[in-house]
Amino acid sequence: MQRRELMKLAAASGGAALAGPALAACSSGGSSDGTLLLWTHTAGNDAELGVTDQIIEAFNAGQDAYTAERESFPQDAYNDTVNAAALSGDLPDLLTVDGPNVPNWAWAGHLRPLDVPSETTDKFLPTTLGVFQDQLYSVGHWEAACSIFARESVLEAAQVRIPTMDEPWSREEFDEALERIAADTGHRWAIDLSTADIGEWYPYAFSPFLQSFGGDLLDRTTYLSAEGALNGPEALAWGQWFQRLFAEGLANPESPIGAEEFLQGDAAMTYMGNWGALQAMEQFDDVLFLPPPDLGTGPRIGGGSWQWAPTSAADAEGANAWMETALADEFVAEFANRTGLIPATEAAAELTEHYGPDGDLRMMMDYSRAYAVLRPETPAYAVIASVFTQYAGDIIHGGDVQQTLDAAVAEIDADIEANAGYGF
Amino acid sequence: MTAATMKPRTAARRWWIYAPMTLLAVFFLFPIVFMVTASLKTDHQIFADMDSLRAFLPVGEIGLANYAAVFERVPFWRFLANSVFVTACVTAFGLVVNSMCGYALARMRWKGRAVVFGFIIATLILPFDTTIVPMVYLVANLPWIGFEGLRPVLEIGWLNTYHVQIIPFIVNAFAIFLFAQYFSSLPKGLEEAAAMDGAGWLRTYWRIIVPLSKPVFATVTILTVVTSPATWNAYLWPLMTVQSEELRPVMVGVQYFFQLDTDWGEVMAYISMITIPMVAVFIAFQRAFIRSIAGAGMKD
Repeated sequence: MQRRELMKLAAASGGAALAGPALAACSSGGSSDGTLLLWTHTAGNDAELGVTDQIIEAFNAGQDAYTAERESFPQDAYNDTVNAAALSGDLPDLLTVDGPNVPNWAWAGHLRPLDVPSETTDKFLPTTLGVFQDQLYSVGHWEAACSIFARESVLEAAQVRIPTMDEPWSREEFDEALERIAADTGHRWAIDLSTADIGEWYPYAFSPFLQSFGGDLLDRTTYLSAEGALNGPEALAWGQWFQRLFAEGLANPESPIGAEEFLQGDAAMTYMGNWGALQAMEQFDDVLFLPPPDLGTGPRIGGGSWQWAPTSAADAEGANAWMETALADEFVAEFANRTGLIPATEAAAELTEHYGPDGDLRMMMDYSRAYAVLRPETPAYAVIASVFTQYAGDIIHGGDVQQTLDAAVAEIDADIEANAGYGF
Repeated sequence: MTAATMKPRTAARRWWIYAPMTLLAVFFLFPIVFMVTASLKTDHQIFADMDSLRAFLPVGEIGLANYAAVFERVPFWRFLANSVFVTACVTAFGLVVNSMCGYALARMRWKGRAVVFGFIIATLILPFDTTIVPMVYLVANLPWIGFEGLRPVLEIGWLNTYHVQIIPFIVNAFAIFLFAQYFSSLPKGLEEAAAMDGAGWLRTYWRIIVPLSKPVFATVTILTVVTSPATWNAYLWPLMTVQSEELRPVMVGVQYFFQLDTDWGEVMAYISMITIPMVAVFIAFQRAFIRSIAGAGMKD
């Protein structure tokens, strides 16, 4: 009897053991000789995956030495996956990397320098090139740019001047515009800053305001300290100005991500990336994409987005060959057409619907060229981004600005010191 | 006091008990009701209804488009099959291994038993997140016997497999603790009678202890399925150890919906779909689960 029971148990275990390989039989497996394995952060994003598949198809059809295959991962979990793969020695040949993370991954040994002819990369927007300590590691097909989304009818109703690149709003004008809009247009909020988006959004979107005031996330002359840059008088002025937006009810400290307040009509304007532009144009027929305000040292927006890079585990020749295929203008244009993002080359822009010389989003390219500032190109950026997000949140919710900035500087400097300056 | 005077008093007392219980039940149901109703709405409708009770009602612009979109964005059936398979294996093997371990600790007398039990309980103090990095490194270097055709071959590394999602989570300290606690409350006379009839430890466990312990098996089943970091809610571990989309579980699929423009209706449709199996498991085991929880801590 007992033996029969054990046999039943063994049979059940065996069934499970057989079912595993049966399910696994459908999986693709890892890379092998002649296979170039590519990882992207775009799982669930058909638009970007579609273009990546087109590149893979063109590459595989254009030569016989390599076969490219892709594996896609969800974006929010992507960096953890790559770091785990690096730990276990399981990196693919090529992967996508967010621009500000390039120095960290290069410093950590995840990436290898890119070796493609300079005539291939020279035509790309500077902010789409991932450079660390004078070495090129990655290139992006597209760039993103933030601007102020507003409705012409709303600005006219509040008698607010429409700014241009030649004459952007000054700080005083911008503050007055917000107050007038809040008072005159019946919107619950004057501007929507999507504060619930606590990922990379905070440093990407809000640190350019700090830079426009004259502060920064780090002292870029040495890359060894944030002292003075993030807690000096300019940074203090930024923090007080930023806090006032929320304290005086001009912006919602808990606004949902994706400019929803603006799209719902609860906010009169929003500070948003161009990936939201097509949706805003569908929603409102009089939407304007305005340059950011000049808060002291000129308008600034964040620069640097997702790029392709060969890893340290790559077959170098194959990876470089794939990059040369991938960086053709037709694919750069295709990304822009499918996603609404800014094409990285001028030639590609002319092939697109929105970014050609007369395109309705052409101004985004101009903003990117004129105002984009890269986040500090240092391996410390991963910590800087996390610290800035935390302490900017404290400022939004009423924390003492000077104390908050001092605490942020102390954390950033401690991390840089603990890592012996990250090679600087 | 007559029956006539008692009745209204009993009814009133019941009302006082049931009214707050109903309120609490409604309160706890709100997130689920919101999830299901939002899954039927467009994003515009979801945010338009957010400030009122309409958020919990299927009103306005509604339809099943979000459910259709789920199948376009993720390989839903594949993820579901993976989660069912991994959850079933971890739970089934876990029930056998952990109950046997609990039995050995609760009912058998051997040297060092208390130390081993203490050591197992001590592992509960360590959060899973703190051990995950060394665990990834460990499983990346463990050997495994694979097959090339019918020929067995030695492979190094468990990454990107089903067994990396199953084997490390079969042994569960909390399950062992629950089994040991429950088994220690059973009368000793049962085992003594079985021993007199010539039954060994294994037969006593299988024929006497297991049939008497259905509530604790139900509790451990529910807790394993719902709370283990490797079963239905598995997220961080498969994220770090599984690269192939074909091997991913349902929770990793949630992240597929968070793009630059997140479609919240699709998110709600997906999580509604992956919540249904959990609700079914709970309903199937709830009677035994409640009995076991209610009896926890009671000893003869």
